Amino acid sequence: MNELFIQIVLGISIASTPLIFAAIGELVVERSGVLNLGLEGMMIVGAITGFAVQFHYNNVVLAVLASIVAGMMLATVFAFLTQVLLTNHVATGLALTLFGLGVSAFWGRSYSKVTVDRIDAINIPGLSDLPVVGPLVFSYDPLFYLSIMAVFLVWYFLNKTKKGLILRAIGDNHDAAHAIGHKVVRYRFLAILFGGAMAGLGGVYLSLVQVPIWVEGMTAGRGWIALALVVFASWQPFKVIVGALIFGGISILQLHAQGYGVNVDAQYLSMLPYLMTIIVLVTLRVRSKSKSDRVMPHCLGKVFHSTQ
Amino acid sequence: MYKKGLTNSIKVFMTSCILFVSSGAAAEPTKAAFIYIGPTGDHGWTYQHDVGAKYVKKHMGDDVEITTVESVEEGPDAERVMAQLANKGNEIIFTTSFGYMNPTLKAAKRFPNVKFEHATGYKRLDNISTYSARFYEGRHVIGKIAGKMTKTNVIGYIASFPIPEVIRGINASYLAAKSVNPDIQIKIVWVFSWFDPGKEADAAKAMIDQGADIIMQHTDSTAAMMMAEENGMYAFGQASDMGSFGPNAQLTAIIDDWGPYYLQRVQAVRNGTWESIDTFDGVREGMVAFAPLSDRLPADVRAMALQDIGELAAGTLHPFTGPINKQDGSAWLAAGETPPMFPDLLTMDFYVEGIDSKIPQ
Repeated sequence: MNELFIQIVLGISIASTPLIFAAIGELVVERSGVLNLGLEGMMIVGAITGFAVQFHYNNVVLAVLASIVAGMMLATVFAFLTQVLLTNHVATGLALTLFGLGVSAFWGRSYSKVTVDRIDAINIPGLSDLPVVGPLVFSYDPLFYLSIMAVFLVWYFLNKTKKGLILRAIGDNHDAAHAIGHKVVRYRFLAILFGGAMAGLGGVYLSLVQVPIWVEGMTAGRGWIALALVVFASWQPFKVIVGALIFGGISILQLHAQGYGVNVDAQYLSMLPYLMTIIVLVTLRVRSKSKSDRVMPHCLGKVFHSTQ
Repeated sequence: MYKKGLTNSIKVFMTSCILFVSSGAAAEPTKAAFIYIGPTGDHGWTYQHDVGAKYVKKHMGDDVEITTVESVEEGPDAERVMAQLANKGNEIIFTTSFGYMNPTLKAAKRFPNVKFEHATGYKRLDNISTYSARFYEGRHVIGKIAGKMTKTNVIGYIASFPIPEVIRGINASYLAAKSVNPDIQIKIVWVFSWFDPGKEADAAKAMIDQGADIIMQHTDSTAAMMMAEENGMYAFGQASDMGSFGPNAQLTAIIDDWGPYYLQRVQAVRNGTWESIDTFDGVREGMVAFAPLSDRLPADVRAMALQDIGELAAGTLHPFTGPINKQDGSAWLAAGETPPMFPDLLTMDFYVEGIDSKIPQ
């Protein structure tokens, strides 16, 4: 039973990590006032790029870096279109997702029959062997720790650094921020790049940790769950971890429950993440009527033009 | 869902561009189209249909022009794709997933001159044929192998959707395993998707963690096979030979061989002899085949499997031969009795006695 418990916890961490990556990146993007619906596209391009590099060079570090760069390249396209050419965020983001899914399928043609070495869990002599604590704290894959670290860093950046506060100010009122001399476009451009990098990491997690294979469309909607997660977290970094663990937890626990013959309706459970997001949205709405609530970046998704 | 819709519209658009470009081609080839539920790179269900489509092309050469559309959602999208293909002059359209049943029906009524071929369904019209394979014959063989090979007496079964086809597979596997191993237990996990490698892997892992040492799947990707390989467990390829993903894990695979059927049907359209029929072929006709048996099978298990395959090929073995009770204990088949194809097999919505699980509603 103890062993099973540990396996379930590991399973949940594996299901949650790609969501944490994608969501924490998108959180920064949205805090700067940009809505990037291209998460799914950036994730899957990260997944195929990392997989392909791992296949050719068998070097995990290189593969992970490549996936980051791939995510950032797609993000650059998005940033250029929305920040320089001032296109609509929603339409551009959707286009990015379609582009990412298509181009990854095209690139991935020759990789669908091969397998690669996955990124293994770390093993710290002494620590990983401790009873209970060892497997529960010191036995995940390195990317899992990186994702948690990323959340801490984002929290620190947004709340404790001047640049973070400026980024939030831009997200809340880009005209005012611009008026007092902040570089709105530059901040947003960098935020979008960060979002791309994190989405790339989320993608490579799927193709090099969860199952080391490449199949077309393997993100299977996780980018959209991550988008919902940002709202669920009401744009607070730490709540992203909580939300991701709940989302991941539901998907793993329902499989285990079924294996034990517990009568759960899997359809309802798979609806749950979205249902919870809607509930959170409604609650936020109700709350923001009663007091001046600043949870949602006020300029989210609005196009900024400096001469207006 | 939204994005998939868009993706598909774009694919349709691209397909139509290709059709437009190629419509100037030479001497009147027969135009045939295939609609797939997943990507051809799944190395499972869709891949195998595509192998069938390529088989037709190989044998008919310039006499046929084939269009394929991948990853089409089961719903209104599918009907739009069918209409598009019909408008582009395709004379025969193969719709290769159970969920295309109603879209196929609607499209067939709109285009009475186009022949439709719907895989695994049961609704026919003058211009809709249905075809499927007796996959449960394959399940019978792998069920018996599983019953012999398991050490924990637990089989993990990854199921997609609670439709008759999938339930038949579960029942056939369980009955066969039980016939050689009375202690066998089957854990069934529904993932509600035909193709979600991440989820299939999670499901395989969950069942391995719960003590299953043999994984069976009724989903289309190779993820479960990989998980079995990594964890030192056994598994069976689904629809296609997945041996390259699980060289140690794969004991054999059930292979769907659609090629000869597709060739025969497209040629029938070309000759003007096509008519609406219902095909349900199995091991005997070659529509259900097996990947080479693994070297890991002991001689007695291998002999048993070969004997069953031989009897299936000869038509002397039916995987559902009574006495069999339903899960609730009520009688289904009397001793020696075999069920009729319709309604018993084609609409199967119950587990057989001994399965400790419930079919999701």
